[in-house]
Amino acid sequence: MEDTIVAIATTVGFSALNVIRISGQNSIEIVNKICSKDLTKLKANTINYTFIIENDEKIDEVLVSIFKSPKSFTTEDVVEINTHGGTSTVNKIMQLLIKNGCRQAEPGEFIKRAFLNGRIDLIEAEAVSDLINSKTEEARKISMKGIEGKISNKIRTLREEILSLIANIEVNIDYPEYEDALVITNNLLKDKIENIKKQFENILENSKNNKIIINGISAGIIGSPNVGKSSLLNALLEEEKAIVTDIEGTTRDTVEGSIIISGIEVKLIDTAGIRKTKDKVEEIGVKKSYQILKNSDIILFVLDNNRKITKEEESLIKTLDKEKTIIIINKLDLKSNIDKNKLKDFTIVEISLKNENNLETLKNKIKELFNIEKIKNRDYTYLCNARQIGLIEKALIIIKEIEEELNLNVEIDLIEINIRRLWDILGEILGESYNDELLDEIFSKFCLGK
Amino acid sequence: MKYDIVVVGGGHAGCEASLASARIGYKTLLITSNIHNIADMPCNPSIGGSAKGIVVREIDALGGEMGINTDKSLLQIKMLNVKKGPGVRSLRAQADKTKYPLEMIKTLQETKNLTILEDQVSDLIVEEATIKGVKTEKNNIIKSKKVILTTGTYLNSSILVAHSSKKEGPHGEKTSLKLSKSLKENGLELIRLKTGTPPRVDKNSIDFTKMKEETGDNYFLTFSNFYDAKYDLEKQMPCYLTYTNEKTHKIILDNLDKCALYSGLIKGVGPRYCPSIEDKIVKFKDKERHQIFIEPQRQDGIDYYVGGFSTTMPHEIQEKLLKTMDGLENVKILHYGYAIEYDAVNPTELNFSLETKKIKGLYLAGQINGTSGYEEAAAQGLIAGINASLSLSGKEPLILKRNEAYIGVLIDDLINKGITEPYRLLTSRAEFRLLLRHDNAIYRLTEIGKKVGLINEEKYKIYKKKIKKIKELINLIETSSFTKKELNEYYNNKINITSKTKAIDLLKRPEVEIKDILNLLNKKYDEEISSFVEISIKYKGYIEKTEKEVEKLLKLENKKIPKDIDYNKVTNIATEARQKFEVVRPETIGQASRISGVNPSDITMLLVYLKKEYPYE
Repeated sequence: MEDTIVAIATTVGFSALNVIRISGQNSIEIVNKICSKDLTKLKANTINYTFIIENDEKIDEVLVSIFKSPKSFTTEDVVEINTHGGTSTVNKIMQLLIKNGCRQAEPGEFIKRAFLNGRIDLIEAEAVSDLINSKTEEARKISMKGIEGKISNKIRTLREEILSLIANIEVNIDYPEYEDALVITNNLLKDKIENIKKQFENILENSKNNKIIINGISAGIIGSPNVGKSSLLNALLEEEKAIVTDIEGTTRDTVEGSIIISGIEVKLIDTAGIRKTKDKVEEIGVKKSYQILKNSDIILFVLDNNRKITKEEESLIKTLDKEKTIIIINKLDLKSNIDKNKLKDFTIVEISLKNENNLETLKNKIKELFNIEKIKNRDYTYLCNARQIGLIEKALIIIKEIEEELNLNVEIDLIEINIRRLWDILGEILGESYNDELLDEIFSKFCLGK
Repeated sequence: MKYDIVVVGGGHAGCEASLASARIGYKTLLITSNIHNIADMPCNPSIGGSAKGIVVREIDALGGEMGINTDKSLLQIKMLNVKKGPGVRSLRAQADKTKYPLEMIKTLQETKNLTILEDQVSDLIVEEATIKGVKTEKNNIIKSKKVILTTGTYLNSSILVAHSSKKEGPHGEKTSLKLSKSLKENGLELIRLKTGTPPRVDKNSIDFTKMKEETGDNYFLTFSNFYDAKYDLEKQMPCYLTYTNEKTHKIILDNLDKCALYSGLIKGVGPRYCPSIEDKIVKFKDKERHQIFIEPQRQDGIDYYVGGFSTTMPHEIQEKLLKTMDGLENVKILHYGYAIEYDAVNPTELNFSLETKKIKGLYLAGQINGTSGYEEAAAQGLIAGINASLSLSGKEPLILKRNEAYIGVLIDDLINKGITEPYRLLTSRAEFRLLLRHDNAIYRLTEIGKKVGLINEEKYKIYKKKIKKIKELINLIETSSFTKKELNEYYNNKINITSKTKAIDLLKRPEVEIKDILNLLNKKYDEEISSFVEISIKYKGYIEKTEKEVEKLLKLENKKIPKDIDYNKVTNIATEARQKFEVVRPETIGQASRISGVNPSDITMLLVYLKKEYPYE
C-alpha cells in the first residue's frame, strides 16, 4: 500500500489561513492522533471545528475537512486542515504529522496519485499542474477546463468518431456478406477523412493559441548597440530594470521582465547590441542575441531615426520574418536620417523613448500581430502543452499520407493501418489505452451472427 | 493401461491433438464418450470464414488435418474479400456433416501409435501437482505422462429450451460433472459460458424459389497448401438467403418471457458475435429485417441449417417464427434450436504451451478454454498435441508469435486477456494481418511443422518445389524488361509508356496485374505461385512497414521480466495494472503491455524499475 503523504497546499507567507493536505490509507488515523476531537467517528465530506494538540497543549484552533476513499481528489482518504497561524504554526503542525507517520509529499505527488489511481486522465493531470503555475486569468480558465475534463471530452469525441469508422471497416472485412453495414468505399472515406482533418486542424489552431495563453509570448528586443533597446524595455516595464547608459555595449546579458497585454503575458527579453566585437564577454552576449532572435515568438527590432541603416543592420533585417517582426524607429525627437525604403513590408512603429510617446501604438501592434483579442474571446476547451500539440501535428502528417493513399486507390483495409495510428495518437494524448474498445464498438453497433 | 499421452474428447481439438502426438511418435490414447461423435460439427455446417479460414491454412501448413479433411468433404467453397487487400482474403467452405467425421475417423484409425477408447473420463489423477493419468466411468485407471483435455461444452453442461433446463451435453450425451469438480478442486478458475444453435429444417418443405441463391466460386480452391483440388466445380451445393420481417419480430417480442434467455434461466455469458435471434430483435430494434441463411448440411440428407436463427423459444413458437419468412411458409422442423450452458477454464490459468500453470503435464485445448468455433479448437488441439510431445522429448515448447500466425494471436489473447465471453478469432484482433495471409501460410509455418516432426517427406518436397518456383519467378521479373513498342502493342496504347520499362516497375503500377507480365514473358505459372509473387512485389512498401512494427514488438518481447519480481516494489504503477500483473505474471514487457487495463505509463514505470533493479538483464 502507498504511504500517507502531507504537504502545505497554500503558499506559506503572511496569509491569515493555510491549508495542510494529507492523503493516504492512514491519513484520518494520523490526524486523529493530534486532534482534540475523535475524527474516526465523523462522516465523509464534513468540516469539523477542533484543536491541534500536543501533550494536552493547544497548538492551534483549526477546521478539519474529511474526504473518504474513493470520493476524494486522490481517491485515497484525504484530510485537509485549515490552520490560522503563520509560518511557525504551520511548520509545527507539519512536524507533528510527520512525527506521527506522514511523509512529506514530493512536488506534484497528490496529482500523480490521482492519475495513478484512475481519478483523472493525463490531460487533467497536466492541467492541474498548469493551473498551479498559471499567471493570468485566461491561463487559469484553460487549466480549469482541463481539470473539468472538457478537453478530454473533445479529444474523446473525435477518437470515438475514428473508432466507429475503423469498426465499420472491420465489419466489412470480418462479415463480408453482412448487408446491413454500410460498405466504406474510397469516396465515402474521402469525405470522412476530410471531416476528421478539419477537426484536427481546429484543435491544433486553438491549441497553439492556448499555448500562448498559458506560456505567454516571448518578445526579443534586438538591434545595434545604443539604439535604445534597454530604454524600450524600461519604458514598457515602467521601471528601471536594465542598466541604461550611453556607452555602447553596456548590456552584455539578457534581462527579462513581463507585461500583460489584454490578459496575455508578454515576456520581454533585452539583448546585447549586435555588432562585431573583440571583447570576449561582449561576444558571448552577441551570440546569445542571435539565439534569442531565432527563438522568440516576436522580434522588436530597434533602429535609430537619427542615423542611416548600417550594412550590418541591413543584412540582419533581410533575415527577419516579416510575420513576427515589428520595426521600432526610436529617437523620433531627433532629425530623421533613416532610409525607410529599406524597410518595405515591415510593421513599423515610430517612437521617442525619451518622451515616451507612442508606447500604446506599439502595444496595439503586438496585439494585432497575435490576434490577442480574438484569442481571448474564445472557447478555452483546447490542449495547451507542447507534448499534446506535437502529437496533433503528427496526426496531421498521417492524414496527409491517408489522402495520398486515397488518391492512389489503395485498398481500404491497408489505408486503415494509418487510420488506426490516428486513433492511437489520440489515445496517447489522453494517456489511455483501449485494448478491447474496438471489439466493444463492433458488437454494439452492428448486429452480427452466424 | 499406460500411455505417453491421453487425449480426452474427440472433437476438433481432440482429433488434432491426438494425431499430432501419435504422428510425432508418442503412444497416444483418444478417449471419447461416443465414437460416433468424433469430429462432429454440432453447429453450423461451415469451416473457415474471415480469419478462421487462414487458421485452417496454418493448421495445414504445420502438418494438421483440418484443411485436408475439409477438402475431402466439400459442399461448396469460396474466397472471401477478394476485392479487398491481400491481408484479409480468406476461404470459407460448406462441409458435409456426414463425410467430414467419417473421413476424420478413417484417418485416426489409420494412424500409427493411436488408439481410440469409448469411455467417459470422470476424474484426473494428480500427484504433487503433476498429472499421472485419468479415471473413467467404467472404472478404468489409465496412466499417462501427459493428459490433454479437449472436452468442449461437456463440462457441467445444461441444455436450455424455453423454461426447461436439462443436465446434458449436445446430442443428449451425459455431461461431465465430476471432471468439472476435479478441475475446481485443483484450484483452476472456472467460468460459465453459453452458446446456442438454430433449428434444422426439412429441405422438402422449403420453397427455394423465394430465396436468393448463394453459390460457391467457379474456380478451384483448397484449404490444403500441398494438394490439388479434387471436387466437381459444377456440383457445388448452393446456400440460400431469406429475411426476417415485421411479423417475425412481433412474435418474438410478444413471447420474450417464454424463451430461456430472457426468462432469466440462462446465467452464462453468450458470445456477442453469435447472438440469438431474440437478442438481435431486442438489441437492434430499428432493424427492419435480419438476414437468414439456409445452408445444406450434407450431400445426401434432407436437413438444412437455418443460419442466423439461434433460439431458445419453445418448440411451437420456433415453428411459428420460421413460418413468417419467405420460402419457409410450410417449413417442417427436424431439430429444434437450443442453448447450452457449460463450464470453461479461464485461460489465464495456462502457459503459452497450453499447459496449466497449476498441474504439470495437463494441457487444455478448445472450447474448454472459452473459445468458440471448430477452427479455433483445432488450432489449440494441434498446439497442445505438439507441446505435450515436445515436453516428452525434453524440448522447448512451440510458441507462435503474433507476427507469425493467427494461432499465435489466438493463444496470446487467451492467456493475456482471459475470457469473459466465448472467444472468436477476427481479423481485427491481429495487428500484423498483412503478414498473416492466406497465401503465405505455408512459407510462414511449414519449416516449423517439419522441425516438430509433423511434415512428412512428401509434403516437404512439395513445399521445397514451390519455394524454388517462387524464387525462379521473382528472379525472372527482376531481370526482365520490355521495350516501349512491346508494351504499347500489348496494351493497345491504353496505358502510358514513355520508354523501356523493367518488369518489376511495370508490376508495381496499380493497373498492371501479374498475368500481364506472364503474358508478355510468354510464361505460365500456377495461380498460387504467381499470386504470392504479385503480392510480395505490389505490396512491398506496406509489408516492410508492417515488418518495422513487428521489430518494435519483438524488442519488447525480448525484454524479459524476472520471474521473482515483486510488483509491490514497483513504484508509480496504477493499482489496476498492479493487480493484473500479479494475476497474469507476464514473462516479457511485450506481454505485459497487451494485458487489458494496463496503460502505457504503467509499462514505462515497469521499465524504469527493471533498469534500476536488474541493470544487467
